[in-house]
Amino acid sequence: MNSKRNTLLTTISFVLAIVFLYWLSANRLQHGMLVSVLQKGVIFALVAVSMNLLNGFTGLFSLGQAGFMSIGAYTTAILIIPVKSLDGVYYMNGVHPFIRAMKMLIADSPAFIQSVFPFIALLLGGLLAAGIAAIVGVAVLRLKSDYLAIATLGLSEIVRAIFSSPNFDQITNGSYGLNKIPNFPEMAWGLIPSLLTPFIVVGVCIAFILLLINSSYGRAFKAIREDEIAAEAMGINLFKHKSMSFVVSSFFSAIAGGLLAMYMRSIEAKTFSIPLTYDILLIVVIGGIGSVSGSIISAFLVTAAKEWWLRFFDQPLFFGDWQVPLFRTGFRMVIFSILLMVVVLVYRKGLMGSNEFSWDRLLGRFKRTGKSEGGRA
Amino acid sequence: MVSLVSFFFLIAPVVCTCYYHVTFNPIEIEPFSFTENTTFGYGELLMSMTTILQHCLTGISLGGAYALIAIGYTLVYGILRLINFAHGDIFMMAGYFMIFALASFPWPVAIIITLVVTTVMGIGIEKFAYKPLRNAPRMSIMISAIGVSYLLQNLSTYIFTAIPRGYPELPYLKRIFRIGELSASFVTILTPILTIILVIILMILVNKTKTGMAMRAVSKDFETAKLMGINIDRIVSVTFAIGSLLAGVGSILYFTDRMSVTPFSGTLPGLKCFVAAVFGGIGNIPGAVVGGFFIGIVETLLIALGYSTFSDAFTFLLLIIMLLIKPTGLFGEKNVEKV
Amino acid sequence: MNNILLKTEHITMQFGGVVAVDDLNIEIPEGRITALIGPNGAGKTTAFNVITGGYQPTNGKVTFDGQVIGENYPRSKMKKIYNGTYRTLNEHQVINTPDKITRLGMARTFQNIRLFKDLTVFENVLIAKHCHIKAGMLRSAFRLNKAEELMMNQEADKLLHTIDLHMHRDEKASSLPYGKQRKLEIARALATGPKLLLLDEPAAGMNPKETEELALFIQEIKESFSLTIFLIEHHMDLVMNISDKIYVLDYGKTIAQGSANEVQNDPAVIMAYLGVEEE
Ligand SMILES: Nc1ncnc2c1ncn2[C@@H]1O[C@H](COP(=O)(O)OP(=O)(O)OP(=O)(O)O)[C@@H](O)[C@H]1O
Ligand SMILES: [Mg+2]
Repeated sequence: MNSKRNTLLTTISFVLAIVFLYWLSANRLQHGMLVSVLQKGVIFALVAVSMNLLNGFTGLFSLGQAGFMSIGAYTTAILIIPVKSLDGVYYMNGVHPFIRAMKMLIADSPAFIQSVFPFIALLLGGLLAAGIAAIVGVAVLRLKSDYLAIATLGLSEIVRAIFSSPNFDQITNGSYGLNKIPNFPEMAWGLIPSLLTPFIVVGVCIAFILLLINSSYGRAFKAIREDEIAAEAMGINLFKHKSMSFVVSSFFSAIAGGLLAMYMRSIEAKTFSIPLTYDILLIVVIGGIGSVSGSIISAFLVTAAKEWWLRFFDQPLFFGDWQVPLFRTGFRMVIFSILLMVVVLVYRKGLMGSNEFSWDRLLGRFKRTGKSEGGRA
Repeated sequence: MVSLVSFFFLIAPVVCTCYYHVTFNPIEIEPFSFTENTTFGYGELLMSMTTILQHCLTGISLGGAYALIAIGYTLVYGILRLINFAHGDIFMMAGYFMIFALASFPWPVAIIITLVVTTVMGIGIEKFAYKPLRNAPRMSIMISAIGVSYLLQNLSTYIFTAIPRGYPELPYLKRIFRIGELSASFVTILTPILTIILVIILMILVNKTKTGMAMRAVSKDFETAKLMGINIDRIVSVTFAIGSLLAGVGSILYFTDRMSVTPFSGTLPGLKCFVAAVFGGIGNIPGAVVGGFFIGIVETLLIALGYSTFSDAFTFLLLIIMLLIKPTGLFGEKNVEKV
Repeated sequence: MNNILLKTEHITMQFGGVVAVDDLNIEIPEGRITALIGPNGAGKTTAFNVITGGYQPTNGKVTFDGQVIGENYPRSKMKKIYNGTYRTLNEHQVINTPDKITRLGMARTFQNIRLFKDLTVFENVLIAKHCHIKAGMLRSAFRLNKAEELMMNQEADKLLHTIDLHMHRDEKASSLPYGKQRKLEIARALATGPKLLLLDEPAAGMNPKETEELALFIQEIKESFSLTIFLIEHHMDLVMNISDKIYVLDYGKTIAQGSANEVQNDPAVIMAYLGVEEE
């Protein structure tokens, strides 16, 4: 009975969310901030979930997310910058002839191919990242906890150095970065407006990650997290499973990176430096290590708070003539770091711990608070 | 002795390679590194040799500062098995402390104030962010370390703004010396010497005093040391105090040469110094020193060759290669997990 | 005549200068219960780790079910500091990771329980079933192997029933009482479908009554799963009761072997246990 109710509630909220997004798409000009926060939030939700797959479900403390995102972002951006913008983008060093040729080819291809090409670009970015993850995984996955952390952090710095190096500036445009990247494409011949695209892509990706986590392989990942030695004694090939998790996580980080490139419209290697990984870690920790829904909720909350709700911390605040002290540029980030420390030190489980969202729990909480309030009255 | 020999053994190939590059591919030299003499032939070769020595000197000086920071990582890792991600930021904060101390005090007092405040901050961070998590999973305490690093960076962005602050010049330190064709400021020469002196003092402290013995015991076996009645909290505090103090010294030497501080100027040096510590064998003090010098020299030479974008990446490449070939580092001991 | 399921030849395991196991030769006949006893630190667990692939032996050879699963000889640095009594075998090297050996049909439990604490009892067993999965990651994620998953689930449920833990199916493993955790660890090992089961001190921390029940339990599962059992134990009653053959280790060396009676009256064994008389 409960399960029927829950399915119903889930369906209803999905429909409501989609209706809301359509409405938002029609009124996007009045709600620019909301749109941008939601889109950025959903992109970060995907990275956070894929980081959680590694850190929370497989127990591999990896800090290489930013590196894999940059692989996805650069691949996607290079592939989808339209041919007519090329000279404007690569005005300093010129563009590699191969890239130009490829773009001419795409510009001449049938309309259908052109309309799905952005998705192919995302996929290619993901596959490239997955391939690189598979190769470097052979090396770094042999390392234990903190060594792995620092090696993956180093890896993402290496990737960044490669992207910003002058040696490849006909491809990556070196330290100038890439711009004029087209925004999200429409889907299904315009039936799904471009505003919804990131939500759908991320939705599909997270659905896959959830399926994986709840499959037999997902259980094996959790076994590795719980106790590597016991997992190995139960016949689980550690290297194989760790590298699966690493590859899948990198794949989806790269997809998120590609979406981020479309969202930001211009990227440079600096975007993907160490603080980005820390931001993602912040989301994962606040949401709860080992909880997919926690990561998603926290991605939206953190993004909204950072970009929108807490902006006022950065502005001088006046009551009449009296200026409230402390409020000026940078205060917001201080609040954020303190929040992170509080979560780490006091609420170690974050929002969700390692539990997933469930209607029963949510409704149960409402009932309980309702009762206790009633009791007081 | 062994460390010294292997040290030269390590840098020799790098120096040779650079020598080759500078001599035979003069185009690859960055303009600022050397341009006065563009005539070819014998003169060019001679001057290039000087250039190399000049860079090596700079590298050794940078390496000295790295070595001092790397010791902090190695000590803390040895005892708590924790990468103190905040260590680089302690180093950065020390830079700011110096700026402000020097604004209102004469330099000897300012140096003392800086070192004391940095040390206290190091101890404070341990008490506040790591001690409550002593029994928590490894990942939590690492996240806490990252959190502290994040906090320090954001806090200093807030207080000092992200605009680079000029680092004050200490008297004497910037005076230029000339040795034959080479010229170097006093700090360049002072850094490696001071580093070596401090390391010798530290080694005596660790090997000869009771506290040092306790530190070694804790790093060998945390649980047993605790059972033996060693006051773990005190030892951990001492460790953080020493680490932060050395980072403070390193900071003065490093920033005098770099001339400005930003809230993020601790991140990369911090990570590099951790790599230096791993390279030398984590938990091993001379190892960290060798690693620090090695990374400092190679980095300087890479920049001199015009590969400045790759100088940071190189450090991490070194780390990954080292971990794969000899995970215990140059002088580290093997550690097998018992089942 | 039973055939030999597991055989170790001249196994030596040396950590730095410590020889934890020295020239161990064991033969375990199929369908029997063999025991390995010895005072603390004798090297029993180390022997288990070598057999299951956790450690690579310094010297010697392990054969399981007619297949060499581990073989080594003192090499490089070890050549100089090698202290084992048996010098060297032919210079072969066979390395297998523990997971591979488990899939070949050897499962183990641990001296200090190593369950997947945060997962449920059912999941603990189900994970052990994972090692024989045929579907790849994608097939499994998209649930294209329904039949296989169903099989795994049913078998895990059945196993929990036989082993009498089904009422705790959805509880966290760490919430079980100690004795049941030990039982669950055995169940988890059984779920990998082993021919040979290695038990490292299964009765540790149990009272005499529980130990007696455990003895029965071990004999039961041996019959119903047609197992061969190799166990380490300190409870002498248990060992003497159920084992067909006993090996006694002391300081890594095999000081006695034989039936319960023979071993009990062996002067070397009495010497080794002198003052450490077990209750
Ligand atoms: N990984 C290792 N590194 C170094 N020494 C080890 C290692 N594993 C075991 N030893 C040593 O080998 C010896 C045998 O240990 P082992 O655990 O095999 O004994 P045991 O017979 O199982 O004892 P217990 O009855 O206490 O379980 C001990 O001296 C132990 O310290
Ligand atoms: Mg044992």
